[in-house]
Amino acid sequence: MSNFIEVRDVRKAFANHTALDGVSIDVPAGKVFGLLGPNGAGKTTLIRIINHITAPDSGSVTFDGHPLQANDVYRIGYLPEERGLYRKMKVGEQAVYLARLKGMDAQDAKRKLKEWFEKFDIMAWWDKKLEELSKGMQQKVQFVITVLHNPPLLIFDEPFSGFDPVNAELLKKEILQLRDEGHTILFSTHNMASVEEICDSIALINHSKVVLQGDVDDVRQRYKENTYQLEIPADAQFDPSWAEIVAHEHGGKKNVLLVRKPQDETNSQFVARLAQHTEILGFSEKLPTMDEVFLRAVLQEEIH
Amino acid sequence: MNKILIVIEREFLTRIRKKSFILLTVLMPLLIVGIIFVPIILSTLDSTEQQNVAVVDVTGKYAPLLQDTGAIHFETVPAMTAEMQTEDSPYTSVIQITDDLNQDSTAATIYSHKEVSPALSKYFNSVVSAQIRADRKAEYNMPNMDEIVAHCTVDYEVRTIKWTKDGDEKLSNSTIAGFVGMLFTFLIYMFVMSYGGMVMQGVMEEKTNRIMELMVSSVKPFQMMMGKIIGIALVGLFQFLLWGALIAIVLAVAGSFIHMGGSEAIPMAEAMSGGVPVPDSPGAEILQVVQGMNFTEIVCMFILYFIGGYLLFASIFAAVGASINEQADSSQFMTPIVIIMIFSLYAGIFSIENPDGPLALWCSYIPFTSPIVMMVRLPFGVPAWQLALSLALLYATALGVVWLSAKIYRVGILMYGKKPSFKEMMRWVRFK
Repeated sequence: MSNFIEVRDVRKAFANHTALDGVSIDVPAGKVFGLLGPNGAGKTTLIRIINHITAPDSGSVTFDGHPLQANDVYRIGYLPEERGLYRKMKVGEQAVYLARLKGMDAQDAKRKLKEWFEKFDIMAWWDKKLEELSKGMQQKVQFVITVLHNPPLLIFDEPFSGFDPVNAELLKKEILQLRDEGHTILFSTHNMASVEEICDSIALINHSKVVLQGDVDDVRQRYKENTYQLEIPADAQFDPSWAEIVAHEHGGKKNVLLVRKPQDETNSQFVARLAQHTEILGFSEKLPTMDEVFLRAVLQEEIH
Repeated sequence: MNKILIVIEREFLTRIRKKSFILLTVLMPLLIVGIIFVPIILSTLDSTEQQNVAVVDVTGKYAPLLQDTGAIHFETVPAMTAEMQTEDSPYTSVIQITDDLNQDSTAATIYSHKEVSPALSKYFNSVVSAQIRADRKAEYNMPNMDEIVAHCTVDYEVRTIKWTKDGDEKLSNSTIAGFVGMLFTFLIYMFVMSYGGMVMQGVMEEKTNRIMELMVSSVKPFQMMMGKIIGIALVGLFQFLLWGALIAIVLAVAGSFIHMGGSEAIPMAEAMSGGVPVPDSPGAEILQVVQGMNFTEIVCMFILYFIGGYLLFASIFAAVGASINEQADSSQFMTPIVIIMIFSLYAGIFSIENPDGPLALWCSYIPFTSPIVMMVRLPFGVPAWQLALSLALLYATALGVVWLSAKIYRVGILMYGKKPSFKEMMRWVRFK
C-alpha cells in the first residue's frame, strides 16, 4: 500500500513556541487518516504545511510520490477549521464562483452543485444570501465546495465542530463514501468517537510530537488491557479470587462485570473457568475506546 | 491568468448590481445638474405671493412711474399712518419719498416689518435711477445727449484667445479652465479614495470572514489581490463612463434650452463683432470655451492618471487590509495615506492660481500627488514631455508598490493575531 502523503521529520517554530518538533506521518492512499491531538498540539500547523500555506523550518513533505510543490495545492480539497464565505452573496452563485476558481467550468459546476445540494437538502437556499443561513447550513455549503472538484486528497480540519448529531452522521457517511470512491482523506479532530467509526489509521500529536501512529485496530490492540465484558444473571454469586474485577455494574436482570484475564490464559480457558462459577449471558473482549487510548497516550507522554 | 479573470468578473458584477451603485450612478449626474440648474430655474419663477406696497410721495413725481408688476402692487397713499407701522397693516412695505431724489438721494426709504424683498428694491432702484438719469441729462440741455452718454458708457471685458499648435485661435478663459481642472481633480480624488477604500473593505471582508482560508487551495493570493484591484477599477471606469454619457445627454438637453433663451441676442452680437466669433450668451460662451479645450486629451489623461494613481493607492490599501484584523486597526495605516491625498488636493487647489508654478510643477511629477495635481494643470495645457515624465514616474512607482504590496498581502491575508507593525510588514516582504 502506497502512501499519498509522507511527512518526514518536520520542524516548525514560531516566535514563542515550537509548533512541530520532528513530526513524521504517513497517510496511506485511499484511506481515512485521522490527525488527533489536544488543542494547540500542532495539528493545524501540520495541515497548513501540507497545504503549502506555510513552509516548515526543516524536514520534507512528499505528495503522491514527489516532493510537495506549490501546484499540488490544486489537487487538494481543503476545508479549514476557521472558514467563511461571502456574507452578502447568494449561496448558489457563490458556490459556482468558488468551483470555477478551482478550475471547473460554470455549467459543470452548477450541475454537480445541484446534485450535492439535493443530497444535503439545502437546495431551497440556492438563491438566498449566505447571511440568512444557519451555521450548520453554511458548513454544509463549505463542505460541498471543498469536495466538488473531486481532488484526490481531501483535508478536513475539525469537520464535525458545529454540526448536530443528525448532520454529523450524514457527514460521516459522505466521508466514507468519498473514501470508497478512491479519495485519500486526512482529517483532524479531537472528537474521538468519530475516529473509531471512520478512521482507518491515525496519528496522535501531543506537544508538537507524534506520540502514537498506525492502523486504528492495531492501536487499540496495542493499548488493550486484557479486560473482558462479562454479563451474568443478577442473582448469580460470582466472586472469584483468581480474576480481577475491574468494574461492576448492576442492571435489572443482569450484572455487567469488567474482568481482567490473567496474562497466560487463552480466551477458551478463561471462558471455561468462568463457566464453572456462573451462568454466562454474554462475553466479549473489551478493546479500549479511542478516548481511552488518547488519554493513556497523552498521560504516558506526560509522565515520561 | 484565467483565475484572475474569474475574480475580476465576480468583483465587477457583484458591485455593479448593488442597489447603492445603481442609485449613486443615476442620481449623481442628476444631482450635479440639479445643483447648477435648480437655482437658475427657481430665480426665474415669479413669486406667487402678492405684495402690497404703499407709496407716500410728497413730490408726486415718482409714484406714477411705479407700475404694478406681477408680484408687486403699488398704491399711492397721502401719508404714512400709524396703522401702517403695525404688524397687521394691509401693506407689506411702505415707500416714503420726501424730496426730489435728484437733489437729495437720501430722501427715499422703504420701510417694512419683514426683510424688504430684493425684487422690490431692485425695481424701485431701476425706476428711480432711470428718472434721475433723465433729469440730469435734461439739466445739461444738450442735443444728442443720449448718444453721447451711450457712447461713454463702457463695460469693458478683454477677450482671451489661445493659440493652438497650428496657429488657430480659440477662445479661452482661465476661470473656466480652472473650473474644469478642479472638477477633474475632485473626480480623481474621489475615485481613488472611494474605490481604493472599496479594495480595502473587500480584502478585509475576505480576511475577517476567513474566506481566504477556503480559497487558498484554489487561487494564489496574488491572483486574488490583482483580480480585486482590477475588478474594482473597472467598476470605477464603468461608473465614469455612465456619468459621462448621462451628463452629455443632460447637457445637450440643457444646451438647447440655453440657445433658445439667447437667440434674440445673436443678430446684435453679430452686427457688433468684426468677424471673430463672439459668444451669444453666457451659457454658449462656456460651451465654446469648453469645446476649445482639448477634451479628448483631458479625458484620456484622466483615465491614465486614474489607473496609475488608483493602482498605486489601491495596492497599498490592499496590503493594509490584508495586514490588519479589524477595522479599528486601519487608522494607523490609513492616516499617512489620507494626509498625502489631502495634501495633493490642497496643492491642486493652490495650483489653479499658478498652474505652471513650482508647487504645481513638482507635485505633478511626484507619483503620490501627480494624479491629483496634474488634473489641475491639464486644461491650461501641459508640455508633452512633462506629461510623459510624470506618467512614467507614476507607473513605475505604481508597479513597484504593487509588487511590494503583493508580498505583504500574501503573508498578511492568512496571518491572524495581533496587529502587525510596519517593521513586521517589511519582514513579510522578504518572507519566502
